Amino acid sequence: MASNAAVPFWRAAGMTYITYSNLCANLVRNCLKEPRRTEALSREKVHFSVSKWVDGKPEKPTIRSDTPEE
Amino acid sequence: MLRHAPRLLSRATSSAMRWRRPFSTNVPAETPVDAKFVESWRSTIPNIEPPKTPSAFMTPRPPTPSTIPSKLTINVVLPYNSIFSAKEVDMVIVPATTGQMGVLPGHVATIAELKPGVLSVHEGNDVTKYFVSGGFAFIHANSVADIIAVEAAPVDQFDQNLVQKGLAEFTQKLSSASTDVEKAEAQIGVDVHSALNAALTG
Repeated sequence: MASNAAVPFWRAAGMTYITYSNLCANLVRNCLKEPRRTEALSREKVHFSVSKWVDGKPEKPTIRSDTPEE
Repeated sequence: MLRHAPRLLSRATSSAMRWRRPFSTNVPAETPVDAKFVESWRSTIPNIEPPKTPSAFMTPRPPTPSTIPSKLTINVVLPYNSIFSAKEVDMVIVPATTGQMGVLPGHVATIAELKPGVLSVHEGNDVTKYFVSGGFAFIHANSVADIIAVEAAPVDQFDQNLVQKGLAEFTQKLSSASTDVEKAEAQIGVDVHSALNAALTG
């Protein structure tokens, strides 16, 4: 069991596999031809709201979104 | 180093709650029910049906046929769509990190991580090529291959100009990168775009 196996360069730089994979997918989507490109780019947009819980109550949520605020 | 892990693990789990699972190459075709567990359940709790374990709900793995099948069944899936679902083909060439891997019916069971590259599906005389951004390929012993990609599209859906612009941009970023993270990102950009370029021109 090699525990010091040659790690991929992105892991050596501190990136996780998911970040690497999403980055690759993103770059590929950016190279598509027009109608597919716009649908593909909309696919990776995320919108979520996060709230921390303190003393059993949620605090004000922060919204993280790629869509512009309406 | 971890050879003893299965033994230690099976000792640690509570008696009869889990049936001993050998390596997946030996998984039987029918789902076994742990008779000892069911028996001890019934003796202590006769009124309630013994609970079913998740494996009882799963369809058992189809047995490996003794003769090599003539066609390979592939399932190519993306997170939002499935390109091929149980399609019978002659061969697929998969862009694994260790190089282009050709998969024929009867291929040894393999798990391969994919790098950005071209997936070509050969059916008779037709070859359809898809560019895959990354993912995994699971080839099972019964000639079923599951290819899971994060993003994939037919090669003719890509715009050559955008690819070349991207390649030039990232090569430039690579030479001007300072931190490790920037270098890694630029390197990834260069890799992906050069693979795309090769796919479009090759």
